[in-house]
Amino acid sequence: MEVKKEELLHIAKLARLKLQDDEIEKYLLNLQDILNFANIVNKAPIDGLKETVRERDAYNVFRKDEIEVFDNIDGMIKNFPDEQDNMIRVPKVVQ
Amino acid sequence: MNIIDLTVHELQEKLKNKEITISEINKAYIDRINEKEKDVQAFITLTTDEALEKAKSIEEKVNSGEIKGDLAGIPIGIKDNMCIEGVKTTCASKMLENFVAPYNATVIEKINSENMISLGKTNMDEFAMGSSTETSYFKKTKNPWDLSKVPGGSSGGSAAAVSANMVPWALGSDTGGSIRQPAGCCGVVGLKPTYGLVSRFGLVAYASSLDQIGTFTKDVQDTALLLNIIAGHDEKDSTSANIEKKDYTKCLKNDVKGLKIAVPKEFFAEGINPEVKSTLEKAIEKYKELGAVVEEVSLDIANYALAAYYIIACAEASSNLGRFDGIRYGHRSEKFNNLRDIYINSRSEGFGDEVKRRIILGTYVLSSGYYDAFYKKGQQVRTLVKNEFDKVFAEYDVILTPTAPTTAFKIGEKSDNPLEMYLSDICTVSVNIAGLPGLSLPCGIDSNGMPVGMQLIGKRFDEETILNTGYTYEQATKFRDNYKPEFKN
Repeated sequence: MEVKKEELLHIAKLARLKLQDDEIEKYLLNLQDILNFANIVNKAPIDGLKETVRERDAYNVFRKDEIEVFDNIDGMIKNFPDEQDNMIRVPKVVQ
Repeated sequence: MNIIDLTVHELQEKLKNKEITISEINKAYIDRINEKEKDVQAFITLTTDEALEKAKSIEEKVNSGEIKGDLAGIPIGIKDNMCIEGVKTTCASKMLENFVAPYNATVIEKINSENMISLGKTNMDEFAMGSSTETSYFKKTKNPWDLSKVPGGSSGGSAAAVSANMVPWALGSDTGGSIRQPAGCCGVVGLKPTYGLVSRFGLVAYASSLDQIGTFTKDVQDTALLLNIIAGHDEKDSTSANIEKKDYTKCLKNDVKGLKIAVPKEFFAEGINPEVKSTLEKAIEKYKELGAVVEEVSLDIANYALAAYYIIACAEASSNLGRFDGIRYGHRSEKFNNLRDIYINSRSEGFGDEVKRRIILGTYVLSSGYYDAFYKKGQQVRTLVKNEFDKVFAEYDVILTPTAPTTAFKIGEKSDNPLEMYLSDICTVSVNIAGLPGLSLPCGIDSNGMPVGMQLIGKRFDEETILNTGYTYEQATKFRDNYKPEFKN
């Protein structure tokens, strides 16, 4: 199966990745290789089988809606890439 | 007596008899790390200075009777994708190079409540994506049996550290084989528990429906000891199973008489190295000698499962790694004029080659036009794999396979060929796809002196049977008494 360059660039854009020229070439080849292998799922004896999304059956997990205080706010703030007055700084969003 | 050669249950015995102290144990391991780390490169972050102080304080509290517990003061290594408050958690990525976890993973809370001491965070493939630990942004970990070879991956740092006696045991995570395959490559015991047995809270997510935290140990008895600590329901992980707490050491009976072991012929077919195959065949003979009923069965799922694994895992990764956008934490690019630039440039600079490849593959199989052809089919294959395992387990207690098709390969040998690298997981991924427990233990060495791993697969939440099966083999063969890593160049 063939993956076109435009298709790869579109996918990269959706994934918020910018690819260099050498990466484009390499990923095109890799993607084709891997998809050719992965295509074996279309030959598997799976007619009529339902999909398994997760290992165990899903059920709702509830807890009481009680406030728990997280005591290491400073630890979180220290990880902000850019910070001012305990807030995350980002470029202007509204012009 | 050399402290670093001892297992944890042996250390416990010596501590109880007051033959050694907690400080002596920690000092011995830290000395070993200082001696071997330059060759093995198993750690990303070392916390050995804090560890020595902690050891002294725990020792005092144990002596005064303030704290009790069989595992107080025992050192441990932690894969660098589990959060320890105040310690860097990098996932071996530039993206998280400076991320200091603000809270503890549940497994860390559990080892802390036992007063165990973490000596450091171990190297891994970036975001646990790889089978050789070569995709780490920071360093390449070497296999202690042959320093020119990979330790396997993605938990290669944990496997190598235990193998090289730099820690007595370690935690890892396994999404498609990332505990069992490196355990096999490094000649140690690795357990991937049943999905849901161990909380994933505080484990950086790769593929959430497959990820599971597990153990690296020197022997099976230690596996049972460590599993006792980390297993259990956690309300912070909605997928963690609310089942009765067990004492896994009680299942180690050193007896497999009448146990029914299935050997799927497809796992010994084309692609499996002949020496791996012949070593496994000897192990099978040993089980027969020990009184187990071993029979060949058909389980034709390995290729389908591998294909489904790379579809499902990459799809989930593409979604999970969406959170790394350069805004709240992690790498933020210096090149930007607007928000969109921050997202794109931070991700393009922060993620390595393999991570980008998997995000792209995952985005591709989830995109319209390919969803039905790949993702939906992958999820149907998942049902197929589960059903086929269930059929075998209707008649057998344990499934025995090689852990990997080959022993550890040379550093660089497969790094240019992703698909070839992915094939390293052919024996292990189906276990994750079906959510089963899998144990890898060493069963011999090949002609190059590299350890061969044997995988024992069990029924859901029946860790006891595979632990006893592994333990009985270990008692009969004593791999650790016969073979040791030589750090050859």
